[in-house]
Amino acid sequence: MEHYLSLFVKTIFIENLALTFFLGMCTFLAVSKKVSTAIGLGVAVVVVLGIAVPVNQIIYQAILAPGALDGLMGVTEAKDSIDLSFLSFITFIGVIAALVQILEMVLDKYFPALYQALGIFLPLITVNCAIFGGVSFMVAKNLTLGESVVYGIGSGIGWMLAIVLMAGIREKMKYSDVPDGLKGLGITFITAGLMAFGFLSFGGISL
Amino acid sequence: MATDTKKVLFGPVIDNNPIALQVLGVCSALAVTSSLANALVMTVAVMLVTGFSNLFISLIRNQIPSSVRIIVQMVIIASLVILVDQVLKAFSYQLSKELSVFIGLIITNCIVMGRAEAFAMKEKPGVSFLDGIGNGLGYGAVLMVVAFFRELFGFGTLFGFEVFTLTQNGGWYQGNGLLVLPFSSFFIIGLIIWAIRQYKPEQVEKD
Repeated sequence: MEHYLSLFVKTIFIENLALTFFLGMCTFLAVSKKVSTAIGLGVAVVVVLGIAVPVNQIIYQAILAPGALDGLMGVTEAKDSIDLSFLSFITFIGVIAALVQILEMVLDKYFPALYQALGIFLPLITVNCAIFGGVSFMVAKNLTLGESVVYGIGSGIGWMLAIVLMAGIREKMKYSDVPDGLKGLGITFITAGLMAFGFLSFGGISL
Repeated sequence: MATDTKKVLFGPVIDNNPIALQVLGVCSALAVTSSLANALVMTVAVMLVTGFSNLFISLIRNQIPSSVRIIVQMVIIASLVILVDQVLKAFSYQLSKELSVFIGLIITNCIVMGRAEAFAMKEKPGVSFLDGIGNGLGYGAVLMVVAFFRELFGFGTLFGFEVFTLTQNGGWYQGNGLLVLPFSSFFIIGLIIWAIRQYKPEQVEKD
């Protein structure tokens, strides 16, 4: 239990997807103008990451990992071992796209209010690198199924935290006097840099 | 025609830069710019993937049903990225380790998707290919400038060759620790955006 809890805290703060690995930056910078939309997108990312990471973990370990199919295909010698890991990118992206589509249909049918609230953000998430990055890190870190559930939800919450904070800062920034050329995107970059600087201080915590 | 081609190819470098104006493909721009060699590999990889995905998508644009176009585009892009990844692993294993998940993340790099959706679905193959290469160049230009500053002032080297002798090697230059950290690229990109917008005031955002 303690192990999972420390993984959870670690993925939210120390290994924040947005501010330490800079994943999902395109949407992070483009959709952080208002707090309410930022929360909508954040929730969508948490849900999709929470499902996509464990599902891809199962698929990777059962089919794609080097030697995973050996037992099924009756391969006994090491030189014939089946390694499908080169297919992992295309599989992950297919699974993510399919998951988002299914999620969209389910929400539309059973939770129309939530579907309305998430609106266009759901389809956008397919191309959000935070999701794909989360899945790739799951493979790189070699997580178990339980860990990957915690990792998916934790990193989603971390990303949501970052984008909501960013939106809050940008709402306040409307009232400040920014030089013309720096308005909008320029100052947003510099703000994000300072936020990442802040998050760096979590790096010293060891769990 | 000659001027048109030039515009398609070099327009994205300054006039319509994917990172500075379209806010596309920022994720990888931040994490891989600690050295010029990494940035160069990333630039070439993105340029090739964008160019060829635009070419292939444009070739079959009339056959793609619009309801499944995202998946079709994804499959084409993912196949190209797998190709790049495998080539890199075969010929330059050290670099592919350093770039880790970021080569895979080209799949979700919004430049590739964005250009496929906005340009290649409408235009002829030849022009689309040039547009892809051009956008890759614009992305690479920003990457190279950021990497130049970070490597020169952070480590005192360019492409690994010593330009400023660091104090720990008995020289005079005290490396700038801030620029070694990934988030410093936020500040540099913010300043680049400011510079471009001073030069091209029509890009300044209205509030």
